[in-house]
Amino acid sequence: MKFRGKIVDGACLNHFTRISNMIAKLAKTCTLRISPDKLNFILCDKLANGGVSMWCELEQENFFSEFQMEGFSAENNEIYLELTSENLSRALKTAQNARALKIKLTNKHFPCLTVSVELFSMSSSTRIATHDIPIKVIPRKLWKDLQEPMVPDPDVSIYLPVLKTMKSVVEKMKNISSHLVVEANRDGELNLKIETELVCVTTHFKDLGNPPLASESTSQDRNPEHMAEVHIDIRKLLQFLAGQQVNPTKALCMHRICHSGKKTLLLRVETNETYKVRILESLSIRWHHMAESSLFTMGPTWMRINQCL
Amino acid sequence: MGAEPAGAVRGKGPRARRPRRAGQCWPWFGRRGSMKCLVTGSNVKVLGKAVHSLSRIGDELYLEPLEDGLSLRTVNSSRSAYACFLFAPLFFQQYQATTPGQDLLRCKILMKSFLSVFRSLVMLEKTVEKCCISLNGQSSRLVVQLHCKFGVRKTHNLSFQDCESLQAVFDPALCPHVLRAPARVLGEAVLPFPPALAEVTLGIGRGCRVILRSYHEEDADSTVRAMVTEVCLGEEDFQQLQAQEGAAITFCLKEFRGLLSFAESANLNLCIHFDAPGRPAIFTVKDSLLDGHFVLATLSETDSYSQDLGSLERHRPVPQLQAHSTPHPDDFANDDIDSYMIAMETTIGNEGSRALPSISLSPGPQPPQSPGSPSEEEDEAEPSTVPGTPPPKKVGAEGEGGGGGGGGEGSRLQNSLVPSSSARCSSAPSWPP
Repeated sequence: MKFRGKIVDGACLNHFTRISNMIAKLAKTCTLRISPDKLNFILCDKLANGGVSMWCELEQENFFSEFQMEGFSAENNEIYLELTSENLSRALKTAQNARALKIKLTNKHFPCLTVSVELFSMSSSTRIATHDIPIKVIPRKLWKDLQEPMVPDPDVSIYLPVLKTMKSVVEKMKNISSHLVVEANRDGELNLKIETELVCVTTHFKDLGNPPLASESTSQDRNPEHMAEVHIDIRKLLQFLAGQQVNPTKALCMHRICHSGKKTLLLRVETNETYKVRILESLSIRWHHMAESSLFTMGPTWMRINQCL
Repeated sequence: MGAEPAGAVRGKGPRARRPRRAGQCWPWFGRRGSMKCLVTGSNVKVLGKAVHSLSRIGDELYLEPLEDGLSLRTVNSSRSAYACFLFAPLFFQQYQATTPGQDLLRCKILMKSFLSVFRSLVMLEKTVEKCCISLNGQSSRLVVQLHCKFGVRKTHNLSFQDCESLQAVFDPALCPHVLRAPARVLGEAVLPFPPALAEVTLGIGRGCRVILRSYHEEDADSTVRAMVTEVCLGEEDFQQLQAQEGAAITFCLKEFRGLLSFAESANLNLCIHFDAPGRPAIFTVKDSLLDGHFVLATLSETDSYSQDLGSLERHRPVPQLQAHSTPHPDDFANDDIDSYMIAMETTIGNEGSRALPSISLSPGPQPPQSPGSPSEEEDEAEPSTVPGTPPPKKVGAEGEGGGGGGGGEGSRLQNSLVPSSSARCSSAPSWPP
């Protein structure tokens, strides 16, 4: 297994750093999947992780000026590694304003992902900071636990308000309740609601707009004013909102009831920056459907990040 | 004279406590003499910065007015770090070590008390116009007055203890290795290290490159490994580099950072004198008005470590283009992919027959691998599992791994928070009894 990549463009480096910071805020450890054209940061839906999972995809050619890898085998040309996401984010923090960055798979003292940063220094000489991030190589037979989750067709999908606004609303609600009800309909209305014995607080958002549905979904016959709702753990949603470092201009939220009786909330984020970055993220929160007001477990967070230059 | 609680210091704030005799700053009459000094302008901040860096080391501050300046010293509780600043008489607008014909005074005060006077550097810079420090043998109070804008005067009466002179025995001239660089260079070099890191190794690598690397204790629990950070500086960044290749010492980063932040703010050069591992390292800053010495114990078990440093340097292929004119850092100039890649096929070998061919398929020369690479541990742990079926045990193990990562981080942190105590820093500078 071999991997080596190089980033020289400052904007790409900055973007990569912000993504790694965002991941570090969402997950303590994550899986890095390296394939010839993509990098994925994966967090699996395991109870030990608080039930959060994440899928984040980067097109390597949008970030790396050089990228070489050789996977497990010719048919399975992929590498799966487990690493502490904070280590990566800390290593990349030094890469801000760096001249170049290299990422390599090495085996210096132990298997590690080596991040070498070429820094500017006062004199003419270059200064190198090297971070050896310890990794665990994930055996082939566990790969199938780490595949891209299926994104179901939504019941309702809706554009979200500015995430900062949403964050400040949710932050205040967190003081009152630990769970949040997200309601939305196909008429551009979104409610964030908390209910306790003493108080019920709802924040209404209107005229948010609904994106066109990709497929003629089964719920087409529904009344557009009918509210679909999911219950989620407020802290997990806040963690997602607080971790946003990619300045989204448009965010999308979708509800879905699965056949298995689980509800899903997907959040998808797009950004448009000067150099045309488009980022899609989705957070899905699954609810074990037992009774309308029963307990819920926290579902997966998925993220997809594409960058088109 | 007993130490009084630090509560005596609390007379801070706009409504400053007045000294006993209003209008008279320094009531210094007495047999035991008295000291007073007056600091003005930007020097107040310099003094404040020095106190801040001393506060990273010890809990007590030894203040000693000498004929050649005011000395502030401290030593940490395990006596593995000592710091001393000497402010020359010219640093002060007015300096009197003692009343003529009297003995010199010295005193020991709580670091916390003294630091609280200089706590806010912004305040020192923006509002404080001058600061007078006076010590009277009779009143047993160290009086620090801050004269601020708009006629506000803050007076701190600090209780102190008499003490012996604190003096570490060291001589920079005896250290064979000397590095000198602007503090900013070294300050930037330690920036990539995590704030919680306890110790750092400073060594001289191949081609007179100065290498700083995070030091982690060898842990029996190898599942949680800490990130190893290494910063490589070129010879050109140093004004003086007189050290042998392979020389390396390991010392506490926290104290070093303290001195660096002082030296950076004063824009000084920092000199590092060091000897063999285990011998104290001496860090000095100097200009015409002040003189600072930090003496830090170094780890004596550095032997294996410096070897490690050497071997690391050795196994790195040196790029052929590395001429003297263009000194390329090894790690960057080398674009040979194979030399760095790992062959960790063993991890998948256990998958069964399906995975086996991959070993032969893997192209390219296999980098020299030690047979005991950590990936094999997984190999041993897994043969009981049936290929293709992810046993619940595996999931549990993975979950544990995730949780363990968290716990491990905590424990690592704890490890690093227990700094190199006297037990580990075997060779502390020697002190007089």
